[in-house]
Amino acid sequence: MTIEYRNIRNKLFKGIVIILTVICTLPLLLVLYRITKEGISAINWDFFVNLPKPVGEKGGGIANALVGSGLIILMASVFAIPLGISIGIYLSEFKKTKLAYFTLLSVDVLQGIPSIVIGIIIYLWVVKTMGHFSAVSGSIALSMMMLPAIIKSTEETLKLIPDTLKEASLSLGVPYYRTILKVILPAGITGILSGVILSVARVAGETAPLLFTAFGNPFMNTNITKPMSSLPSIIFNYAISPYEDWHKLAWGASFMLIAIILVLNIITKIAQRKWRVQF
Amino acid sequence: MAGTILKAKNFNAFFGQNQVLKNINLDIMRNDVVAVMGPSGCGKTTFIRCINRMHELTPDATAEGEILVDDKNVYKMNLIVLRRKIGMVFQRPNPFPTMSIYQNAIAGYLLNGIKLTKSKKDEVVETSLKRVALWDEVKDSLHKKGTFLSGGQQQRLCIARAISLNPEILLLDEPTSALDPISTSKIEELIYELKKNYTIIIVTHNMQQAGRISDKTAFFYLGEVLEYNVTKEIFTNPKHEKTQNYITGHFG
Ligand SMILES: Nc1ncnc2c1ncn2[C@@H]1O[C@H](COP(=O)(O)OP(=O)(O)OP(=O)(O)O)[C@@H](O)[C@H]1O
Ligand SMILES: [Mg+2]
Repeated sequence: MTIEYRNIRNKLFKGIVIILTVICTLPLLLVLYRITKEGISAINWDFFVNLPKPVGEKGGGIANALVGSGLIILMASVFAIPLGISIGIYLSEFKKTKLAYFTLLSVDVLQGIPSIVIGIIIYLWVVKTMGHFSAVSGSIALSMMMLPAIIKSTEETLKLIPDTLKEASLSLGVPYYRTILKVILPAGITGILSGVILSVARVAGETAPLLFTAFGNPFMNTNITKPMSSLPSIIFNYAISPYEDWHKLAWGASFMLIAIILVLNIITKIAQRKWRVQF
Repeated sequence: MAGTILKAKNFNAFFGQNQVLKNINLDIMRNDVVAVMGPSGCGKTTFIRCINRMHELTPDATAEGEILVDDKNVYKMNLIVLRRKIGMVFQRPNPFPTMSIYQNAIAGYLLNGIKLTKSKKDEVVETSLKRVALWDEVKDSLHKKGTFLSGGQQQRLCIARAISLNPEILLLDEPTSALDPISTSKIEELIYELKKNYTIIIVTHNMQQAGRISDKTAFFYLGEVLEYNVTKEIFTNPKHEKTQNYITGHFG
């Protein structure tokens, strides 16, 4: 085999990879383009501050959905972050135990459960028990979807932290729990934070579990025991409606959702660069 | 205060079924520098990790017999009290990566939640860093991360971190094995200085180093202490054939 021949093969291979990459990225860019184009025109002041208006009336907005999504996700984070980080710590610290083995297995299974199934389960457990739809049940559903990503990223980050760091702390007479809280967690904060933010980005657009739980609400509601609107549910309801105005709102909401997810991803990237811990 | 500070009595240590320390009996005098030598895998690290009970962190690791510090059995002491009394420096420098040089130097206080006034903190940082001869090199960059320092500087920072809590005994596990000759000689000078205030137990593979800095040498072989004597005596007149072979470089 001559060198020239190898060079040609190298070039060919590189060319094919580039072409395939472009073919795959193109539809993504087209989707983004369409959403941006349709969405931006829907966005104005009214969009942020007004409630949806009846068909035909001008100046409707999605204030209730923005507030709702914010509240539901915030509450889901409050449930999922401490729990997820604790479980992640347990898994990395006591990896050899039976409980850790089964927990890890359950986390993997949980990760694979379709979101609609989680919605139905929470519907049975929480909504049926409470007797009505509520924002809090939606948060519980979303927190279940956030857990695997948080647990995994915590566990994988902590696993990479050298044992010598823990030993350095213990050898100074620092109790075990303080060592975990003050040495191990701070050393892994970037990885853990990325996991948290990405899990938020992941559930921000989840629709199915919210339809069975938070349900939706045409009015502004901040009572977490009552049904609440959210970006995905408003997109779902408005997109399948026959009205042009509502379609426009759905596009606007889609654009907002994508913008939020983009911002969260950028924050993650910045945090990873800025707070990188060097061992 | 002269006299024995550390005493190992019929001490055995295991990893699972594997016995790595066999019937260790050793008396260490206050303010001595004791070199622990011997071929790789003979249990040197294990021995010093038993003294501050880091050994038991390894799953399945166990020990029997006694190690007495100031006549108190370490296995009956409060772990936190014990480890503050005995400082440890590891083979690879391991400053806390999220902490500045300043914070690393007083990490023992910060992590243990011991409150100090700002001026007291400054004082502890300065004296500890001066004692490890690092102060002049870092005094203008105290708030940079400890991990930005060179390997030798990091190791001196780790020693500063260990002595800032004023321990009585300092355990050093091949502290210079990852360092260049200049950093090594700095740390050797430092050990010579520290000897006035501390009892030092240092694991080393470096014969010259042991000769330069230690008062006594313990020669470990397959988990036993074959010889424990004044360093000069061990080097010039080893009682045991294995010791002689090791010193003359026939193995290890
Ligand atoms: N974490 C561990 N689990 C099981 N066995 C271990 C562990 N650490 C060490 N050992 C075993 O214990 C014995 C003594 O090891 P130790 O680290 O004390 O040797 P050492 O004298 O410090 O060697 P070196 O000079 O290479 O550092 C070795 O045979 C080793 O295989
Ligand atoms: Mg060793």
